[in-house]
Amino acid sequence: MAGAFETGEAYLAALQALLGDTIVSQHAHRGDMTLVVQTSAVADCLEKLAAAPGLQLDVLTDLTAVDYLPRTPRFEVVYHLLNFGTSLRLRIKVQVDDGEAVPTVSNLFLSANWMEREVYDMYGIVFDGHPDLRRILLYPEFEGHPLRKDYAKEAAQPRLELRDHRPWRDTPPEGVG
Amino acid sequence: MELGTTAPANIVDDNGRLGDSVIMTRMSDAIAWCRKWSLFPYPFITACCGMEFMATAATHYDLDRFGAALPRFSPRQADLMWVVGTVTHKQAPYLRQVYDQMAEPKWVLSFGVCATSGGFYRNYATVQGIDKIVPVDMYIPGCPPRPEMVMDGLLKLMDRIQGHRKTVLAEAIAEGES
Amino acid sequence: MSKASTDFASRNVAAEIPMRLPDAAEYLHINIGPSHPATHGTVKVEALLDHETIVDCDVDPGYLHRGFEKEAEAHPYIQVMPYTDRLNYVSPLTNNVAYAMAVEKLADIEVPERAEYIRVIVSEISRITDHLTCLGPASMELGAFSVFLYMVRAREYLWQLIEEICGARMTTSYARFGGVAQDLPMNFGGALRWVIGEIHKVVRDVDILLTRNRIFYDRMRGIGILTADDLRSYAVTGPLLRAAGVARDMRRDEPYSVYDRFEFDVVVGERGDNYDRYMVRLEEILQSCRILEQALDQIPDGPILVDDRRFALPPKEEVYANIESLMDHFKLVMHGLQPAAGEAYAAVESPNGELGFYLVSDGSGKPLKCRVRPPSFIHLATLRQQLVGAQIADLVPIFGQINMIGGECDR
Repeated sequence: MAGAFETGEAYLAALQALLGDTIVSQHAHRGDMTLVVQTSAVADCLEKLAAAPGLQLDVLTDLTAVDYLPRTPRFEVVYHLLNFGTSLRLRIKVQVDDGEAVPTVSNLFLSANWMEREVYDMYGIVFDGHPDLRRILLYPEFEGHPLRKDYAKEAAQPRLELRDHRPWRDTPPEGVG
Repeated sequence: MELGTTAPANIVDDNGRLGDSVIMTRMSDAIAWCRKWSLFPYPFITACCGMEFMATAATHYDLDRFGAALPRFSPRQADLMWVVGTVTHKQAPYLRQVYDQMAEPKWVLSFGVCATSGGFYRNYATVQGIDKIVPVDMYIPGCPPRPEMVMDGLLKLMDRIQGHRKTVLAEAIAEGES
Repeated sequence: MSKASTDFASRNVAAEIPMRLPDAAEYLHINIGPSHPATHGTVKVEALLDHETIVDCDVDPGYLHRGFEKEAEAHPYIQVMPYTDRLNYVSPLTNNVAYAMAVEKLADIEVPERAEYIRVIVSEISRITDHLTCLGPASMELGAFSVFLYMVRAREYLWQLIEEICGARMTTSYARFGGVAQDLPMNFGGALRWVIGEIHKVVRDVDILLTRNRIFYDRMRGIGILTADDLRSYAVTGPLLRAAGVARDMRRDEPYSVYDRFEFDVVVGERGDNYDRYMVRLEEILQSCRILEQALDQIPDGPILVDDRRFALPPKEEVYANIESLMDHFKLVMHGLQPAAGEAYAAVESPNGELGFYLVSDGSGKPLKCRVRPPSFIHLATLRQQLVGAQIADLVPIFGQINMIGGECDR
């Protein structure tokens, strides 16, 4: 937390004043201020937090998701925000269910582009409005989303044909008999 | 390697001059001797073992004294492929492609437990041993293996290239008996 | 240091869509990697070239994705420690310490003072090995082979020291929850001071060879410039951020462990290009040596592991001597550490930038989620912006200075 605010209560008050009723719940377990906000409002919340003069949480250092199967809503997408100058930190979470999409923040933070692709790759959570949502750590033919709790750690994937890197193999170049 | 005997008496001149300057051996032994002392490694480096490969190739442990110093990053110019580090399913087709592109004679050395058997990454992403994809001539276990182990493995591979195909177990038994 | 409200709407997001230029067929489409000496083995860059200039490219990581998070969810907290070694494998002790700090935050464990000093010592040794391993191969790829050999020799001395402390040269698994695994060996101070002297000599030699070298300067100056605003938006930290003039270092801004007791400079560059990144890393090696000497002077005697049997194994002599210790040992080995349900994020200033662990516990002995905030992955996202418009030969120094470590990038 550190930086601009003297106490956790002052910090929380400033956050509540800024974000109002988009906050669903909050806690500060082990000193990390954490807010759960409404899924549809997350892009607006992050934009406000980055622009607010007292906070300026304009660095999105981490974006990940957690699978709480068998709870519903099943997933939580977690955003970690930071201010480089004051070292103020905040954790924002949204709760989504399987099949629900989350608004993208890749138009606000360039770091979100690859991190949202990774969450899609590992969990299958779709980010609405992401310019290029495809797998990043795994190959395109991979089936399933491995960090889901119902994906077995040692699951085997279907065997694939080797992609042919030599398109000329059947038709030899000109002049060759 | 046995270099054979000196020339037999009937091809030595009156002064005995040709005697020690001619070595008689089998051609395959001579070619194998040249091959093993001038290996051109293709370091297919993926992970942490690459750091120990770097350390083994650098001045302190020095692979140059075994002739295996110059890495060739084109498979056409290499004859020993060191598979260093974990091979994932995403990387596997490229490993196979590089192996196919190498010209004969070629050998594969599996460096580290991840390349040998998947290491402790027993999951959806890791190939459980590169011998599922390419034929392997020497396995060097370790996570990562110490440079001394790497050199030992390389020397054993060089013995095999020479044609001494005793297994490690047979050698140990022979040593125990002597 | 942060500027006033940023106009987000003006960001050009279309720049993020790869390889969809309308006239892509006119350009030469080549593949760099994933087995390539200069991409450090695990990144593929598909580039569209117009003669020597890269018109567009698609950076494809993930060739070393080994399922760290999935493995972490399947093992007790202490068994995740070896997996953390293999994340940023050129500075493994930093990963160990960061993971231990995250678990200690989650489970509310205190660390004795001597252990904190030992952690600082090994973290700074790891910082030096990381910078040597970054600059050595980066220089070799530009043709300066001697620099590589000098730096690897210096790294060899450090690895021998690490081996004396931890038992392993590289994959150390040294930190424990509540301290460290073993105490420092005898005459460690003398050995470390000698090695610091050798490091100074190597840094001086490299400085003489490279810093005012015409070829090196021409290849590094003005290449790969990223502005401070871009870096902030990409969440870049560490030497890349400091090279652009932003004086952010977690050891100074959010001091953890005992870093507030040492005097050291935060090394800051000016222009944010490759040359400044090289200079920042080279100078940081010397600053780390400074911290090491102060730590050796200040380190107190005392225990190296917290004396709380819920988290730390009792000493073996006691385990074999009395029944309570035997029971504590058994419980801890069989069931492991079981923090209360909750979540925690702890970060350190790793040689690459902010390395954080976000842990979620459900009260059982295995983490529900163990997320690594990987600086290499986040920094690699800037590669495309740096490469578009650059020459293909610039790919090598740019990639080298990002210091992408495959284990951390792909996890």
